[in-house]
Amino acid sequence: MGPNPKMRKEFFDSTRSSPFPDEVLERVLSLLKSHKDRSAVSLVCKDWYNAESWSRAHVFIGNCYSVSPEIVARRFPRVKSVTLKGKPRFSDFNLVPENWGADVHPWLVVFAAKYPFLEELRLKRMAVSDESLEFLAINFPNFKVLSLLSCDGFSTDGLAAIATHCKNLTQLDIQENGIDDKSGSWLSCFPENFTSLEVLNFANLNTDVNFDALERLVSRCKSLKVLKASKSISLEHLQRLLVCAPQLIELGTGSLMPELTACQYAQLENAFSQLKNLSTLSGLWEASAPYLPLLYPACTNLTFLNLSYAFLQSHELESLLCQCPHLRRLWVLDTVGDKGLEAVGSNCPLLEELRVFPADPFDEEVVHGVTEAGFLAVSYGCRRLHYVLYFCRQMTNAAVATIVQNCPDFTHFRLCIMNPGQPDYLTNEPMDEAFGAVVRTCTKLQRLSVSGLLTDLTFEYIGQYAKNLETLSVAFAGSSDRGMQCMLEGCPKLRKLEIRDCPFGNAALLSGLEKYESMRSLWMSACNVTMNGCRLLAREMPRLNVEVMKDDGSDDSQADKVYVYRSVVGPRRDAPPCKWMKQAAVMGHQRIKIHPTMNCHPGPMHPVKVLQKQEAPGHLTCSNLLSSIIRFPISSSYVHELANNGVCLLTCLNDAYILGMAKDLKRESSGAIQTCEHGGGPVVPVLSPTRLLVVPTMKFKPEIGLRSGRTGLRWAGFSKLRNIFVVNAWEHCVSRT
Amino acid sequence: MEFERDLHLDATELRLGLPGTATKQSSEKQKPNSNLAKSNKRSLPDMNEESAGSSRENSRTVSSNDKKSHDQETAPPIKAQVVGWPPIRSYRKNCLQAKKLEAEAAGLYVKVSMDGAPYLRKIDLKVYKGYPELLKALEEMFKFKAGKYSEREGYNGSKHVPTYEDKDGDWMLVGDVPWDMFISSCKRLRIMKESEARGLGCAV
Repeated sequence: MGPNPKMRKEFFDSTRSSPFPDEVLERVLSLLKSHKDRSAVSLVCKDWYNAESWSRAHVFIGNCYSVSPEIVARRFPRVKSVTLKGKPRFSDFNLVPENWGADVHPWLVVFAAKYPFLEELRLKRMAVSDESLEFLAINFPNFKVLSLLSCDGFSTDGLAAIATHCKNLTQLDIQENGIDDKSGSWLSCFPENFTSLEVLNFANLNTDVNFDALERLVSRCKSLKVLKASKSISLEHLQRLLVCAPQLIELGTGSLMPELTACQYAQLENAFSQLKNLSTLSGLWEASAPYLPLLYPACTNLTFLNLSYAFLQSHELESLLCQCPHLRRLWVLDTVGDKGLEAVGSNCPLLEELRVFPADPFDEEVVHGVTEAGFLAVSYGCRRLHYVLYFCRQMTNAAVATIVQNCPDFTHFRLCIMNPGQPDYLTNEPMDEAFGAVVRTCTKLQRLSVSGLLTDLTFEYIGQYAKNLETLSVAFAGSSDRGMQCMLEGCPKLRKLEIRDCPFGNAALLSGLEKYESMRSLWMSACNVTMNGCRLLAREMPRLNVEVMKDDGSDDSQADKVYVYRSVVGPRRDAPPCKWMKQAAVMGHQRIKIHPTMNCHPGPMHPVKVLQKQEAPGHLTCSNLLSSIIRFPISSSYVHELANNGVCLLTCLNDAYILGMAKDLKRESSGAIQTCEHGGGPVVPVLSPTRLLVVPTMKFKPEIGLRSGRTGLRWAGFSKLRNIFVVNAWEHCVSRT
Repeated sequence: MEFERDLHLDATELRLGLPGTATKQSSEKQKPNSNLAKSNKRSLPDMNEESAGSSRENSRTVSSNDKKSHDQETAPPIKAQVVGWPPIRSYRKNCLQAKKLEAEAAGLYVKVSMDGAPYLRKIDLKVYKGYPELLKALEEMFKFKAGKYSEREGYNGSKHVPTYEDKDGDWMLVGDVPWDMFISSCKRLRIMKESEARGLGCAV
């Protein structure tokens, strides 16, 4: 008849929220690849959360300090592949101090314990040492894929360790890192019976490699699909490699310069014509005109051509482009000029991505490179363009408006007018209308970099129209705090905001209080933000880490570089030392015990709560204290509030306000609240409080501030004093026993 | 016109003349102007006041004021280098620097200026085979006509005259010496206004 009634009963009696057994759910969810989808799925219900956690094989961590490796391992027990990003992007441009952090080693240590079968590790802007690479090579027997992009701290010795120990390596991708390039002998470290390599990218390196070892490696790795060689590989070498690996899909040549005999030329031409499957071509260091035709036979199926290290002229580019009818991505140097870009427009109808890099970015006297004309020409010919990175020295609002009309599908629009604050060179007006046109027309815009002379109007446009914007980079722009406020109030999907050299101050910074927890990070450098503002932010938003990097010789109150990011693990312990991280105060000969956080948010009521609470002593160490100290001015109205709650201001020093419970004190006077000027004179209370609340001011240095004799407090009156609470951003407290 | 004043055409005027004479005074005069104009902004002081970013630049930038004012030829204000700008990764920057130095050593790059134009150009003399090619390229680059060259009369019938500075610091008419000698002795090119060029060349 129908289904077995007993089974049906069991089925419907299930108290599970999901009708599927775990295994089925996991199986279904394992088909989801996008980590955004997976995050959404994990929020549906507990069962789905668990199933998703168990089935997640790849985890992406956009900011290594937003979470700890322990937390990751606890949530995702079966991860095989990790992508980890560290330093803020502006570290690529030398704006982040050395030793800032982002050391991968603590992650590796946890992974070795929790993910011993880890297969893939992709790192971007992390600090990686040779020891870490060796640790990685030795502790993960299944390790297959290593990708290092924009990392630093390691040398070719680290690569040697990888080559030596990773028996199952399939990908080694080393790009644009700060490597200590000692020698090319690391290539010889691949064992002779090692054949699994599919991707080898060592274009980053400058020293000579052991070519024989490389040739043997390439010939025995039959699955090699991607080979990107370094400059030291000559044309002759290249020919020998190509003969071993005609199956290549991506090729990065070495230097195209050295002289070839006619016979060698013919051989190389032949080798290139064997590359039937080539879809990506790069390298081409010192590409010189006579050798470019060698590449032609390999160009038929090219979809990505990276000429960003080749100093080509317009006609050379044109001849090359004629050979590439299927080109989708093109990176060039601006030596090709507007004329070269016209050739792009004429020859690349399928183009989706264009990046034009400046060959000579720092010589400002000489006119060269590309202008708005080149960009316009591309936009007329390449209607599918959706990704552009364009460095130029002049631009007009009209040109940009036309460009986005031609190509309304931009998802990434990164325009760098190299002279900071430069207006439309024809009208001398700000470039506001250009970016207004971009955000209005390109509704799919995810990433935007602005430049040129810009007023707050640009940011009004951005806030109003850029509803899909996730990443925004701003430099030398804006007129007032309002600019930044528009960005923060307007862009619902904003995740990363980087700002440098703009007139945005504390009001702007603090207008984003509600926003920052939904973002990955905020960077502000050379703006008008002060230490006060930063500390206010830190105090108000305990789940944000607010890091300030100070330049040498700058004013104490200026916050030169600010990096704000959300984190579930609180402030990091490995920040470079700064002058505020000192030992806790020592009172006379007595040691101070630190009390654990009391989670009090400062505000008119809180000092009372603090003073009324009895806390059991905890065991934090002195070095954890004082990562940051609140500084906020106490206004007279605040003091009155305190008074209404039985707290009075005992004294006010240069560097701290000392508050106490009024009932603990006997006052000589009628009990009027003492309001002192900042830095004003000491007032000596008569009786003995048991608790004091110290609210530090800007200059507070606890090791000095609480020492008797220096503060003006007469400790004789404080013989019963047991607890001194120092309020700071993480609410750590100091007490004397 | 205000526009023209902002282009510092007068500054360009001061640049005229043989080296070692008027230029000293001009560079002196030029100095206060360039210091007034905030660094990193183009030649529009009005705009600079409005965009408040300028005031902070001075403390952060490496000033090359002194170096530039000596060979002061450009109209726009001194542009100092800013840390991390333009935003190019160190790796790429280093590659390009190395390559630039190599190229300059390999080629014969000379700067070309034209009276009245705010920016210089750079050309590689090695790519040209002779004077006709060079002149054609210059005419195209700067949009002018050089006129007909004759040994006796110099350049006839044009408002602009191509000249060059040789190794000895003398300013010569382009074309006066054989091509090979020209290549080996030319340090920089300058397209002068016809009125300034009188006195150069063989014709007196």
